Amino acid sequence: MKDFIIPDDRDMGTPARTGAPVTLTIDGFEVTVPEGTSVMRAAAEAGISVPKLCATDSVEAFGSCRLCVVEIEGRRGTPSSCTTPVAPGMVVHTGSSKVRKIRRGVMELYISDHPLDCLTCSANGDCELQDMAGAVGLRDVRYTAPEGGALDNHFEARNTSGENHRYLPKDESNPYFTYDPSKCIVCSRCVRACEEVQGTFALTIEGRGFDSRVSAGNALDDFLSSDCVSCGACVQACPTATLQEKSVVELGTPERSVVTTCAYCGVGCSFKAEMQGDTLVRMVPWKNGKANRGHSCVKGRFAYGYAHHQDRILNPMIRENITDPWREVSWDEALSFAASRMRGLQETYGQKSIGVITSSRCTNEETYLVQKLARAVFMNNNTDTCARVCHSPTGYGLGQTFGTSAGTQDFDSVEHTDVVIVIGANPTDGHPVFASRLKKRLRAGAKLIVIDPRRIDLVKSAHVEAAHHLPLRPGTNVAVVTALAHTIVTEKLYDEEFIRTRCDWDEFQAYAEFVSDPRHSPEATEELTRVPAAELRAAARLFATGGNGAIYYGLGVTEHSQGSTTVMGIANLAMLTGNVGRPGVGVNPLRGQNNVQGSCDMGSFPHELPGYRHVKLPEVRKIFEDAWGVSIDPEPGLRIPNMLDAAVDGTFKGLYCQGEDILQSDPDTKHVAAGLAAMECVIVHDLFLNETANYAHVFLPGSTFLEKDGTFTNAERRINRVRKVMAPMNGYSDWEVTQLLANAMLKESGGANWTYTHPSQIMDEIAATTPSFAGVTYDLLDEKGSVQWPCNEDHPDGTPLMHVDGFMRGKGRFIVTEYVATDEKTGPRFPLLLTTGRVLSQYNVGAQTRRTANSIWHGEDVLEIHPHDAENRGLHEGDWVKLASRSGETALRAHITERVAPGVVYTTFHHPDTQANVVTTDFSDWATNCPEYKVTAVQVSASNGPSEWQEDYAAQAEQSRRILPAAE
Amino acid sequence: MTNSPPTDEIAAIIDAHKTLEGPLLPILHALQDAFGHVPQAAGPLICDALNISRAELHGVISFYHDFRDAPAGRHVLKICRAEACQSVGGKALADETLAKLGLDWHGTTPSGAVTIEPVYCLGLCACAPAAMVDDRVFGRVDAAKMQTLLEKVGA
Repeated sequence: MKDFIIPDDRDMGTPARTGAPVTLTIDGFEVTVPEGTSVMRAAAEAGISVPKLCATDSVEAFGSCRLCVVEIEGRRGTPSSCTTPVAPGMVVHTGSSKVRKIRRGVMELYISDHPLDCLTCSANGDCELQDMAGAVGLRDVRYTAPEGGALDNHFEARNTSGENHRYLPKDESNPYFTYDPSKCIVCSRCVRACEEVQGTFALTIEGRGFDSRVSAGNALDDFLSSDCVSCGACVQACPTATLQEKSVVELGTPERSVVTTCAYCGVGCSFKAEMQGDTLVRMVPWKNGKANRGHSCVKGRFAYGYAHHQDRILNPMIRENITDPWREVSWDEALSFAASRMRGLQETYGQKSIGVITSSRCTNEETYLVQKLARAVFMNNNTDTCARVCHSPTGYGLGQTFGTSAGTQDFDSVEHTDVVIVIGANPTDGHPVFASRLKKRLRAGAKLIVIDPRRIDLVKSAHVEAAHHLPLRPGTNVAVVTALAHTIVTEKLYDEEFIRTRCDWDEFQAYAEFVSDPRHSPEATEELTRVPAAELRAAARLFATGGNGAIYYGLGVTEHSQGSTTVMGIANLAMLTGNVGRPGVGVNPLRGQNNVQGSCDMGSFPHELPGYRHVKLPEVRKIFEDAWGVSIDPEPGLRIPNMLDAAVDGTFKGLYCQGEDILQSDPDTKHVAAGLAAMECVIVHDLFLNETANYAHVFLPGSTFLEKDGTFTNAERRINRVRKVMAPMNGYSDWEVTQLLANAMLKESGGANWTYTHPSQIMDEIAATTPSFAGVTYDLLDEKGSVQWPCNEDHPDGTPLMHVDGFMRGKGRFIVTEYVATDEKTGPRFPLLLTTGRVLSQYNVGAQTRRTANSIWHGEDVLEIHPHDAENRGLHEGDWVKLASRSGETALRAHITERVAPGVVYTTFHHPDTQANVVTTDFSDWATNCPEYKVTAVQVSASNGPSEWQEDYAAQAEQSRRILPAAE
Repeated sequence: MTNSPPTDEIAAIIDAHKTLEGPLLPILHALQDAFGHVPQAAGPLICDALNISRAELHGVISFYHDFRDAPAGRHVLKICRAEACQSVGGKALADETLAKLGLDWHGTTPSGAVTIEPVYCLGLCACAPAAMVDDRVFGRVDAAKMQTLLEKVGA
């Protein structure tokens, strides 16, 4: 295995600039840097490190520590190099005897109020204060407390003359890091990181002068009770042990680091996994990561503890019936049990009676193998993936209008946008690192339009306020998007030149005629959508005329009976306003899981081979038939809902489900349970005994992202490397397990063995068979860090922006978007509309994050309800309430808030003991079957506690998780 | 405990100043002028009106020693403790005054008549030691003059 050398990630002191080149001389060396660059950064470019404490290149220069002073010929005094911009011909001296003396004096003052416990300090070896004391040659501290006088420092709790009123104890309230005021030098890097990088403004410097202290929130707050979202940017920025990861306090400093990719959301942040041997000490976002640019959220940075959680299953297990307890067995026994059962089912019930579900949390290579297992070993196309229940309408809608099933931009594009529409997405919770980048752009003056039933944080939070919030009634996306188009078309705000050159003009005419119909006007649809017409018109005008317009959307768009229609409506809006094909614009689906994009790309869908090519096309099948040496079924297979329906009908009998928990994540839990219960062989391949495993016959233990090599593809089509930093605790990486299962099945039928020895070989096979991946190799990824597909002969370095000179399909296609109300309607029995979503600290079904300290922020799912609806029902904050729909009912606690509109309630689906999806229905998108999670007619009433169904469910789950002690 | 001022009065003061450029300090001054302190209940209202975080507000209020979180006594006596005053007996004057009133810095007499506070330079260095009672400054304050000042404010 090759080592990956981490490219230069020195701290350059101040952020990079772009601008005309400026040449100056520093310590006799000529250096040329962009205009606006600081002298400090210019020196760093020349390889000269000017001593510094308050400067770091993730935040703007502050000039408070006075350690980085330099002399500049022709200027008076000793300016700080961090705040002084370069000028042509400038001659700088960074090491004159004068500045040396100043630095040593400054350092002496710092150290006079700092404990000298370096050897036992948690930052020992990773402390910039220590480094700088060394760099300036500090040898003595002359300042001492007066004999017998009261203590006047910040670090001694008490001495013989009594208590030190300046001393503050450690704040350990955050589960992941500590704040030790006694180590603080008040450089304010943490405060600035919280403001500039994260955009939460949770920290401040309280007081003034010698009394200045870092404070989270106000005087009554600690870190946990403050606005802090625990992103860790402050911890990363802190030069001392003041803000320190608890893992480092416990384990010590890391000795090596490996660049890898986060396994949570679709932003796909790059991290350095910092290690001691095979122990992970901490995750630090990698500043050369092109998706995250050195930032992270609480999940990626801190919530990795699930990898070693005691619940993790490390041995394969089997059982005859799902009512039996599990029996731990060898890998051989488990695999041959699974293989013979699956083969037996095919013999009895036919070739198409079994199938697979690929995982959006596993790597591209693993996903590719699982669909290959269905197509080349099961010999059918019964493969689907959880994208079915999230972004399948994106694939369909963007494929139809633009010609590719993916977002058009990279995340850097947000830095060039002027007007942003966020529709059906809650980035501060679901895609926090993107949200931070967006908020930074908004603070710089870009305008924001939020289309969401809830008043999400982006609508108004510190220094960010949406220009327009359109609080639509759930289920009316299409009507709102069409009304926006109506305004743009009838007020002639569209970009005619773009449409004439880039789209089909005749199709546009037909579309324009359709949307111009008065029944699509904001005034006509207001009653339906509840969006004030004037507000909607103003939003449309802003988007059409405000400069670069970008649309970011999430599952609030797709998870509807008209999800695909809304995606097409969004594409229409972008084309109408000429907002495709350059930086700062575009249509950007925010993908839920780390590898949803990849799992779709890899041919997980039952009708598509890798690269979105229909399985009915003989020329496409031939490529794979030649590569795999099998013949491929030309008929599309079953989608997840079809598999479950067929299972209930008795024709679908066996399932291999990798890294998904369909029982918790898919809608209408009772139906999913009935489907699973009707199957005769369910193979669950996961880290934990998840909810689906309650109905499984074979459990194959999975490996975490830390334990395997591979690639994830994020929402911007970026293929990022996942690197193995420790051996799999369960013995095998997931791709190896799939290969073992394939070979066990092939053994029964006498087929040829799979013989991959490294995921790079799988990627080579993907590249050889899939045109958009043709140029992708592990060598290229190591060299570039990451690439965005398409990556092939035409685009050897990948494609950050799509549709630059023309749409992939040729001419952009306007599609008529007729609003059809969902069949899920409120009525006397179910008068409220339930919409579901997630929170910052938990992820998806919570299998990972519930097994970390993140639960301190969200220990249970709660129901958000408007005060008006709560009062009508006699409900109070924290009351148990029953949430019922025609599908089922559950009980949870109420949270009364005006974030939701009257008539709308909201909850999350992170906790299996709530099982919000027992309430959601089986309605789905007309084109792709994506379930309508976002609209369910419900009733809410007072309750005493968990429902009978919840109690039965908990009892069944407990029964089915029994594991027999291993045989002697 | 004093009762918190009514929310609508606070809101009206915030409203009257929020369109100014750099409205936070004028708002805090106006609140203190109206209520003798910046009431805790004003915090969330200010944050909402100016769209700032409560940490930022705390940072600003705590930076300025003059902003109070509770009303002072009926009069405020400030004694200068800066270098010029100290060099001509300011410290002794301050110590003596505190001892006489039986208070520490920032303390208020039991009668509520006067609150005593340190101040760092009143710009009266030429006639040090200096002191200030409410809005009026006094120079060359000695023990006798201080006694007169204290009597005037009813301490």
